[in-house]
Amino acid sequence: MGNRNTGPAVEADGLVRSFGSTRALDGLDLQVPAGTVYGLLGPNGAGKTTAVRVLATLLRPDGGRARVFGHDVVTEADAVRARVSLTGQYASLDEDLTGAENLVLLGRLLGLGRPAARQRADRLLAAFGLTEAAGRQVKKYSGGMRRRIDIAASILNTPDLLFLDEPTTGLDPRSRNQVWEIIRAVVAHGTTVLLTTQYLDEADQLAGRIAVVDHGRVIAEGTPGELKSSVGSGTVHVRLRDAGERPRAEQVLRAALGVPVQPAADPVVLTARVGEDGTDLEAGEQAARALGELARAGIVVDDFSLGQPSLDEVFLALTDHPAVTDERDDELEAAR
Amino acid sequence: MSDTATTTGRPPSVYVPSAEALATVLAPGERPPRPGALSASLTFGWRAMLKIKHVPEQLFDVTAFPIIMVLMFTYLFGGALADSPRDYLQFFLPGIMVTSVVMITMYTGVGLNNDIEKGVFDRIRTLPVWRPAALVGMIFGDVLRYVLAALVILGVGLALGFRPGGGPVGVLAGIGLLVVFSFAFSWVWTFFGLVLRSEKSVMGVSMMVLFPLTFLSNVFVDPATMPGWLQAFVKANPVTHLVAAVRAAMAGSTDATNTLWLLLWSAGFVVVFGTLTMYRYNRR
Repeated sequence: MGNRNTGPAVEADGLVRSFGSTRALDGLDLQVPAGTVYGLLGPNGAGKTTAVRVLATLLRPDGGRARVFGHDVVTEADAVRARVSLTGQYASLDEDLTGAENLVLLGRLLGLGRPAARQRADRLLAAFGLTEAAGRQVKKYSGGMRRRIDIAASILNTPDLLFLDEPTTGLDPRSRNQVWEIIRAVVAHGTTVLLTTQYLDEADQLAGRIAVVDHGRVIAEGTPGELKSSVGSGTVHVRLRDAGERPRAEQVLRAALGVPVQPAADPVVLTARVGEDGTDLEAGEQAARALGELARAGIVVDDFSLGQPSLDEVFLALTDHPAVTDERDDELEAAR
Repeated sequence: MSDTATTTGRPPSVYVPSAEALATVLAPGERPPRPGALSASLTFGWRAMLKIKHVPEQLFDVTAFPIIMVLMFTYLFGGALADSPRDYLQFFLPGIMVTSVVMITMYTGVGLNNDIEKGVFDRIRTLPVWRPAALVGMIFGDVLRYVLAALVILGVGLALGFRPGGGPVGVLAGIGLLVVFSFAFSWVWTFFGLVLRSEKSVMGVSMMVLFPLTFLSNVFVDPATMPGWLQAFVKANPVTHLVAAVRAAMAGSTDATNTLWLLLWSAGFVVVFGTLTMYRYNRR
């Protein structure tokens, strides 16, 4: 890869961007090392999309500054554009055109001659399993195919930095896995990927480092392991046979685990965070002990599981407020 | 792998990303030099052609609409304003050609607004190409539509008895002037297409601008019959200069004064609205 990945891929200092009275970015700081997948994790309206749009030179920040491979996104926008690609949340291709036409068009715009652009398009279509759909209009593609052609278009010029804005939102699990495989291949070939997502497991699967974003700023940053251990290593879910037993089960669990127990919306379900400051092993031991105590108390349990903390729980722990979806992104769209 | 599966919109076979296949397209190759301004603009123009190929219905407004305009006004006003519709047509056809084509320039703004809504513009705006290329290319595509509309109107006119004194050369010169002006005037709509929020508001504004501009002119009647204050507006209206210049060209003469005015207006539109458009385009 030579010198294309020396120095950080992205450095942002105190980015601010408002839409009307809404501060979408409120002093966002970011350091993205080159050659990795970096995850921006947060709920809808946290400012992830706005951050990506600023870094991709689509929006000007009101305050702060950002550099991509050392180039300022405002004053050296053209140098930034030469090295980045963006796959937005919405289809960023011409839906009236066929997949092949879209790729040839982009190839021509990136300076390839007509035969070279055709050849490049054919190879990309083949690599992304879209050869049979090459002559079909993009609007007739399925969700997974659309994502793939979108990513194919984004790597047409083998960018040094690829922005993927919620690449798997709305995809079925199989398509999601395909996209994950593609992202892994892209980063293995030296392209830095900045990925936004609402899903902790996605960030966990792909990202080397994660920044948790809320209300336009980064509230936590680290490797997936660091973030998870900061909020506890797991969550115990208990489903009871009988809703009437819930108050008693809650007492038993609280005593056994030594942590607060939350009644869920479902009247037979209880949840609790475990392993707050320990390892997975301790969380497992705690959970096993809790299950034993429930059995000893004669409470019938239909389902018992120890899972990873959800994004909601990470948020609750980091911000003391749940990761509510406040539709702010939709407003931002309208304000554009 | 039968083709019947494709009609349901599902891929006929399950795609499994293969590391080897992806490696062939991910190897960083030579970056070609960025395309020049004209080449990039023409590529965007090609995109407009492809869109016409896939959505031919969009040509409705440059075919059916102009035909309706010609027939409607020729027979509506022809008897009253001249001895017969055929006599009126000799005066009226260049004017209605200008009116129809200037009216369809607004679709440039509607199309641009539509593009922005769909998100394809995000990708276009992150490409390292000459910035105005996307818009220039879009207008190149529209110029083809203007030529098409002008030819349709000419065809209808000839069928109804329009006999231009300037012959083919004069007619082509007239259409040429009209296309130059329409190209320039399209920049007004790229600006509104970027500033306004929806397709509907672009249409609303365009009607407010286009109706006075085309009707308060010398298209339909001789301005000498109008009150003084209206004559003043009509005289300053760029459409009046355009119609006078096109009429003269099609009749086989040249109206140097009006042609000059029309070219000045065109340059003005490109400079003022082209600049405003690019300012907005870069600062969204």
